[in-house]
Amino acid sequence: MAQASGLDPLVDGEDERPKWDNKLQYLLSCIGFAVGLGNIWRFPYLCQTYGGGAFLIPYLIALVFEGIPLFYIELAIGQRLRKGSIGVWTSISPYLGGVGLGCFSVSFIVCLYYNTVLVWVLWFLLNSFQDPLPWSTCPLNLNRTGFVQECQGSGTVSYFWYRQTLNITADISNSGTIQWQLFLCLVACWTVVYLCVIRGIESTGKVIYFTALFPYLVLTIFLIRGLTLPGATEGLTYLFTPKMQILQNPRVWLDAATQIFFSLSLAFGGHIAFASYNPPRNNCEKDAVTIALVNSMTSLYASITIFSIMGFKATNDYGRCLDRNILSLINEFDFPEQSIPRDEYPTVLMHLNATQPERVARLPLKTCHLDDFLDKSASGPGLAFIVFTEAVLHMPGAPAWSVLFFGMLFTLGLSSMFGNMEGVITPLLDMGVLPRGIPKEAMTGLVCLVCFLSAMCFTLQSGSYWLEIFDNFAASLNLIIFAFLEVVGVIYVYGMKRFCDDIEWMIGRRPALYWRVIWRVVSPMLLFSILLSYVILLAQQPPSYEAWNPQYEQFPSREEKLYPGWVQVICVLLSFLPSLWVPGVALVQLLSQYRQRWKDTQLERSPKPEGRC
Amino acid sequence: MEWIDGTSLNAENAFKVRLSIRTALGDKAYVWDTNEEYLFRAMVAFSMRKVPSREATEISHVLLCNVTQRVSFWFVVTDPSRNHTLPAVEVQSAIRMNRNRINNAFFLNDRTLEFLRIPSTLAPPMDPSVPIWIIVFGVIFCIVIVATALLVLSGIRHRRRNNKGLPGLDDAEDKCENTITVENGIPCDPLDTKGGHINDGFLTEDERLTPL
Repeated sequence: MAQASGLDPLVDGEDERPKWDNKLQYLLSCIGFAVGLGNIWRFPYLCQTYGGGAFLIPYLIALVFEGIPLFYIELAIGQRLRKGSIGVWTSISPYLGGVGLGCFSVSFIVCLYYNTVLVWVLWFLLNSFQDPLPWSTCPLNLNRTGFVQECQGSGTVSYFWYRQTLNITADISNSGTIQWQLFLCLVACWTVVYLCVIRGIESTGKVIYFTALFPYLVLTIFLIRGLTLPGATEGLTYLFTPKMQILQNPRVWLDAATQIFFSLSLAFGGHIAFASYNPPRNNCEKDAVTIALVNSMTSLYASITIFSIMGFKATNDYGRCLDRNILSLINEFDFPEQSIPRDEYPTVLMHLNATQPERVARLPLKTCHLDDFLDKSASGPGLAFIVFTEAVLHMPGAPAWSVLFFGMLFTLGLSSMFGNMEGVITPLLDMGVLPRGIPKEAMTGLVCLVCFLSAMCFTLQSGSYWLEIFDNFAASLNLIIFAFLEVVGVIYVYGMKRFCDDIEWMIGRRPALYWRVIWRVVSPMLLFSILLSYVILLAQQPPSYEAWNPQYEQFPSREEKLYPGWVQVICVLLSFLPSLWVPGVALVQLLSQYRQRWKDTQLERSPKPEGRC
Repeated sequence: MEWIDGTSLNAENAFKVRLSIRTALGDKAYVWDTNEEYLFRAMVAFSMRKVPSREATEISHVLLCNVTQRVSFWFVVTDPSRNHTLPAVEVQSAIRMNRNRINNAFFLNDRTLEFLRIPSTLAPPMDPSVPIWIIVFGVIFCIVIVATALLVLSGIRHRRRNNKGLPGLDDAEDKCENTITVENGIPCDPLDTKGGHINDGFLTEDERLTPL
C-alpha cells in the first residue's frame, strides 16, 4: 500500500485556507468554469452534424456514466484533501504526483491559448461600438473604383476576420510580425484577468456573480429576439429533427463522450482547486449533479438560441440568393423592376429556359436551396467570428446585438479562465513556491506576466494556425489520460473504502451502489476505450491544416496544406509531453525510495556510537 | 442599332444605362417618360460641356435608344457635325466627374443608376482620425488599470496595518469579531466567542483531567 503521507485527519476546525463567502459563489465559480465557449460553439455544431435530436441520446448516456461520476470524484477529493491538484495527488501517493504536475502543465498551456481567443473576442467587442459595423463593407481599393480584390472574393466578414483582424499569412512557417492591435488587446485581456484573480478566490468570487450570470441574461435576450426573426422555426426544426440512423456511426459516441468530458472541464485541476476551498462538510454529491446538469442545460439552451439565429441567417441568405438570380434575369431580359416575385422564380426560369436557353445559360445563376444554407454549419471560432457576425449584420440595430454577443462571449471565456488560472495558482500557492513574505498579489501577477509573455506568439500573423495546433493536440489526449489515472488513482490507489468513508464523513451517507459500480468498472472502461479510439483517430488524422491563401486558385476556399516537419514534431511533443510527468515523477520517487533504503541499510551496517542518550 | 434620328453610329462609344427607380424610391417612384429622358439628356450634355474642348455640346447631341421597361437604354454623344460620336474615354471621364449631380437629379445613387462600363468613384468611408476601437479600448483599459492599482494598494495597506499591530492577538481578535463561520450555507453563531475571550492561561487543573 502506498505511503499516504500528508493526509490530514478530517476535522471540522478552521484553518488558514481562504474560503468562499457563500455557497453560491462556489457554485457559480464551478458553473462558470464548466460553461464556456464550447457550450456556445461546439455543442450546437455537434447536435447539427450528428442527427439533431438523436445526438442527445449518446450525450446523456455519456453524461450519466462518465461526466457526473468523474466530476463527483474531483469535487470530493478536492474537498477532502483541501489542496490544489499537485498537493492532492502527492497526498494520495507520491508516485502519482506526476498526475498533478501534468494537470498543472495542461492548465497552463490552456490558459495561454484560451485567453488568446478572448483577445479576439475583445477586438470584436471594441469594434462593435460603431455604426455601420466595420465588417459590413469592404475597404476601397487604391483608385477608389471598387473594393479590395481579396475582399470581393471572400466576402466582407471573412475579409475583416482574416485580413483586418489576424492579418493571416498563407503558410504556418511564415510567422510574419506581431499585430499591434491584437497585442494591445492581449495586454488588456491579461490585465483584466490579473485584476480578477489578483487575490485568488477572494477577488474572483466577487466578479463571478457578473461573469457567470451575464451570459444567461444575454442568451435569453438573444433567444427572444431569435425566435421572433423570420426563419427561426426552419433552423430549429432542422436542428432538432432526429436522424436516428446516425447513431450507428461510432464516431458519434466518441464525440459525445469527448464533448461531455471537455465541456465539464474535467482533469484540469480547476474543480479540485475550487472544491479545496469548501468547508469540509459540504454536500459535494449534490453539487456535482447540480453543476453537471446546469452545464448540459446551458448547452441545450444555447443551441436553441444559436439555431434560431442560424435559421434566420439561412433564410436571409436563401432570399438574397434568389434575389440575385431574379435581378440577373430582369437585367438580361429587361423586364420591369420587381416583376418576378420570389415564388414565381422557378416557373419564370423554366419558361425562359424553354424559349431562350442560350441567353439563360450565359447568366451566372446559382442554384438556391434552403437546405444548403441550413447545412452550412460551423463550429469553433468560425461560428462566432464569421457566421454569427454576418447574421448580426442583418438584424436591425446590429451594433447593439454585436456588443451583447461579444460581451457574452467575453464573460463566458473569462469565467472559464478563472478556473484555468486557479488550476495553476492554487498548486503554486500550496507548494509554497515563493517565500512566505511575498504577497499573493505578486504571485498572481508573476503568473499572469509569464502567461502574457508566452502568449505573445499567438499575436503573430500565423498565430491562429498555432492556436489550432494547441487546441487540437495539447489538451485532448493528455486530459483523457489524466482523467483515467484520476479514477484509477482515487478508487484503486487511495482505496474505494477510504474514499467512501471520507464521503460519508463529508455528506453524511455513503455513496450509493450505483456510484461505486460506475467508479469501479464503467468509468475506467469507458475512459480507456475513449483513450484508445482517440489515439487511433489522432494517428489517422492527416497532419494538415487549412490556410487562407488569396493566391489560391479556388479562393475563397481554404487551401489544405501539410504541416512542415518541425511543426509536426511540436504537435507530437504537445500531445504527450505533459503526460510524461506521470512516469517521470514515479521514476524519481522510486529512485529516491531506493536511495533512502540504501542509506538506511548503510546506517544499520555502520558501527553504533557508544553512549547514545 | 436604330437611333432616334436614323443615323447609325459607332456602337463602341455607346453606353448602357440602367435605372432601378422602384428599388430606390419604393412608393414615391416616378414614371419614366420622355420628360425624364429629356432631363437625362440634359444632364449628359451638361457633363460634356464641363470638358474643356466640348463646351459646345447641346442636348440634341445626346441620343438615346432602346428604352425598355426595365428601365434601361443606350446613349451616345455626337459631335456638333452629327457624324461622329465622341470617344468613349471622354464621355466616361465626364460622367465620372459629375456622377453625383446626375444621381441627385434623379434621386438615385450609384447603385440604382448604373452606367455599365463606367465605374463610379466610390465615396471614401467615414474614417475618423482616431479609430473608434482605440477610444473604447483606452477608456476600458484606464478603468482596469485604476481598479488594479486600487486593489494592489489596498492590499499593501492592509498588510502594513496587520504587521504594525501585535501579530497573533490582533489576528485572533479580528477573526473572532469579524468572521462568521458558514457551513453549508448556514451561518454558525458560536456564542462563546462573542463578547468574551477565553484566556487559556487560566485553565484550571480540574478541566485538564477527565472527570470521574
